[in-house]
Amino acid sequence: MFETLILMLDATMRVSTPLIFAALAGLYSERAGIVDIGLEGKILGSAFAAAAAASVFDSAWIGLCFGITASVALAMIHGFACITHRGDHIVSGVAINTIVAGLTVTLSMYWFGMGGQTPTLSGDARFLSITLPFADALADVPVLGLIYSELLSGHNILVYLAFAMVPMTYWVIYKTRFGLRLRAVGENPHAVDTAGISVAFIRYRALIICGILCGIAGAYLSTAHNAGFLKDMSAGKGYMALAALIFGKWRPVPVLLACLLFGFLDAVAVRMQGVVIPGIGEVPVQAIEVLPYVLTVLLLAGFIGKAIGPKAVGRPYVKERA
Amino acid sequence: MTNKTTPYAIELRDISKRFGAVQANKDICLQVPAGTIHGIIGENGAGKSTLMSIIYGFYEADTGFIEVDGKRVDIRSSQDAINAGIGMVHQHFMLVENFTVLENVILGAEGGAILKGGIDTARVELQRLAQEYSLDIDVDAIVEELPVGLQQRVEILKALYRGARILILDEPTGVLTPQEADHLFRILKALKEQGVTVLLITHKLREIMASTDNISVMRQGQMVAHRETAHTDKEELAELMVGKKVRLTVDKDDAKPSGTFLSARNLSQFDSQGVKRLKNVSLELRAGEILGIAGVSGNGQSELLNVLAGIEPMSEGEIHIAGQVITAKAPKDAAEMRELKMAHVPEDRHKMGLVTGFEAYEAAVLGYHNSPVYNGKILMHRKVMIDECNERMAAWDVRPPNPHLKTANFSGGNQQKIVIAREVEQNPDILLIGQPTRGVDIGAIENIHEQIVKLRDSGKAILLVSVELDEIMALSDRILVMFDGAVVGELDAKDADERTLGLMMANAYNDEEVSA
Repeated sequence: MFETLILMLDATMRVSTPLIFAALAGLYSERAGIVDIGLEGKILGSAFAAAAAASVFDSAWIGLCFGITASVALAMIHGFACITHRGDHIVSGVAINTIVAGLTVTLSMYWFGMGGQTPTLSGDARFLSITLPFADALADVPVLGLIYSELLSGHNILVYLAFAMVPMTYWVIYKTRFGLRLRAVGENPHAVDTAGISVAFIRYRALIICGILCGIAGAYLSTAHNAGFLKDMSAGKGYMALAALIFGKWRPVPVLLACLLFGFLDAVAVRMQGVVIPGIGEVPVQAIEVLPYVLTVLLLAGFIGKAIGPKAVGRPYVKERA
Repeated sequence: MTNKTTPYAIELRDISKRFGAVQANKDICLQVPAGTIHGIIGENGAGKSTLMSIIYGFYEADTGFIEVDGKRVDIRSSQDAINAGIGMVHQHFMLVENFTVLENVILGAEGGAILKGGIDTARVELQRLAQEYSLDIDVDAIVEELPVGLQQRVEILKALYRGARILILDEPTGVLTPQEADHLFRILKALKEQGVTVLLITHKLREIMASTDNISVMRQGQMVAHRETAHTDKEELAELMVGKKVRLTVDKDDAKPSGTFLSARNLSQFDSQGVKRLKNVSLELRAGEILGIAGVSGNGQSELLNVLAGIEPMSEGEIHIAGQVITAKAPKDAAEMRELKMAHVPEDRHKMGLVTGFEAYEAAVLGYHNSPVYNGKILMHRKVMIDECNERMAAWDVRPPNPHLKTANFSGGNQQKIVIAREVEQNPDILLIGQPTRGVDIGAIENIHEQIVKLRDSGKAILLVSVELDEIMALSDRILVMFDGAVVGELDAKDADERTLGLMMANAYNDEEVSA
């Protein structure tokens, strides 16, 4: 039983990683006042770029660079539409998602001719698991040994990076000048402008960070978690990350917990496949897969109170006199 | 007066600014001696805000330049203005509401990429500023939890923290209670004693007379006069602002009230939290009489208007109107009240009086839009509506007389004229009118007041709710004073003076009489 739990938590960490990256990406963006429904598109775009580059150059790291570049480029398109031209954030985000969904498949057919997939990656073209020191030696120690060797050890570098990003983000958002201005710009851009700071510049920088994080999430999907790009492989993770962001009330640590909860439910869903529960019968996988969404709605509706986002989110900043 | 050799704290030379066809500022010259409080007064739209936006770097002037302490400065952004020692307290505060006072103050002047050091020095510095200018405030309080007066103080601290020696305040008392406003003026005096130069922009004559050393008057984008406060008076300033002689009093004959159109008995209303907002108010509206309701804003006047107009339900009491009795059990809604020949000019014309996205001719039929006059079998008679709107605009001097202009694009006075015309032209017996001249230019105020008196003389019953004591005293024939949801005093307009009404509004009249 204990071992099952550890294995499920282990799976949770792996499944949560892209959610954590994407939700933190959304956090930077939305805290700066830019609604980013295009997380999904950025993840997918990066997943494709990373897998394609990794297979061509046979290097996961080069793949990661390409993934990040693609995702940042998409973020800049979003910024150009929303910040410079004061467009509607949702429209721009949806457009990005739609374009990317089509473009990734088209390009991969054109380049690789494998029905919308990229070649299967192996060796250096993937991020491989890291075994922490003494993991094997300690594996037999009761309880702690299992936790160390199974749960903590044996993940790839991006998983550790995801968890490290949470305190990092906390520090940036709450303890630095950039973070203060970022939060201010999402609440009242006029206050930032009259303080002599450029609203657009801060928002663009937030979107660059958002792009980088989404890029890592995408690269993780195609070059670490899987071995290659598949059509629509982001599978709603961007939307799930947005749900986690709202669920966590736009704060780094609660957002992490929300991502872990969603990841755990995902791990449970995998585990429950084909399992027959006495009195109920076989639980349809879909019933468990839908849980994160149902949970978000239910919890937001009643249990965690009102989720109030940054006040100026989604509103283009128009400079006007006082 | 200032020594000729001392440079001015700020000097504007021939500033002009044009927006398309509109000349917002034309050849503005202004000299403000250091360490004085300088008032800039003008009607809404006279170009005051544009001028201040130019000084604070929001706009760049087309021509002309600015000198600070005798040196020419190039102000292209707010940052440039801050560097030149100019601070601004905006009409709508530029604060991040869920930040602490401290965070708001350091925003943009954090003193390093990591906040820790900056916050610590800011804490010390703020304490010093707070003592020096008696601006006490809890620096760790969340701004949105502070009352408006203190939020304004944060704005002032923000400017001082950035080393502002010239402080611009744009309509600073618009959101303050009279007590908070008095406090603000004491702070400004303290700032002046410390050598800070204050530019005070307002359209309120009373406070500019009370607090400034010098006054400049703007009209239609130009600076039309400079005066020393000691050598001018309200009447002269008002005249300069409007460009013609203004009467601050209204000529009217004594009222000749006849029959009662409406009588309300013991009206009470509870809000959704169960708090009693309206407490046993009884009143009578008589033909040919203006009944004024005086009171500090928020003492039940709005609730009274809404209950009488049928917008909100009453909880207790009854209204007798046109032979009918309205009670909590047998209510009538706003449309039904209109059918009983009651018209209502709501207090907040943007929220309740108009749909600001509508064109003028559409807004001019709101509330009467189901009238057969405007409607065919299926479609509305657009031409009838537009023709009628044209006629009314001519009759009421609405400018610009364009029925197709969005109502949002009219000035406050002209919007109000559209609303009042709509209600009055239906020839009601009773007119409820809330804050008829709020945010309205002086020229239009006169016009609106005359119209209200004319209506009275034609035998209508008028209920006037206003927080402007001058307006209540100028127009009313009878005055009721409200405090905390109840009527605490009634007097004939002839016996009313500012002191008596003021004491009644604070519910201190009886105490004063007893102790006197």
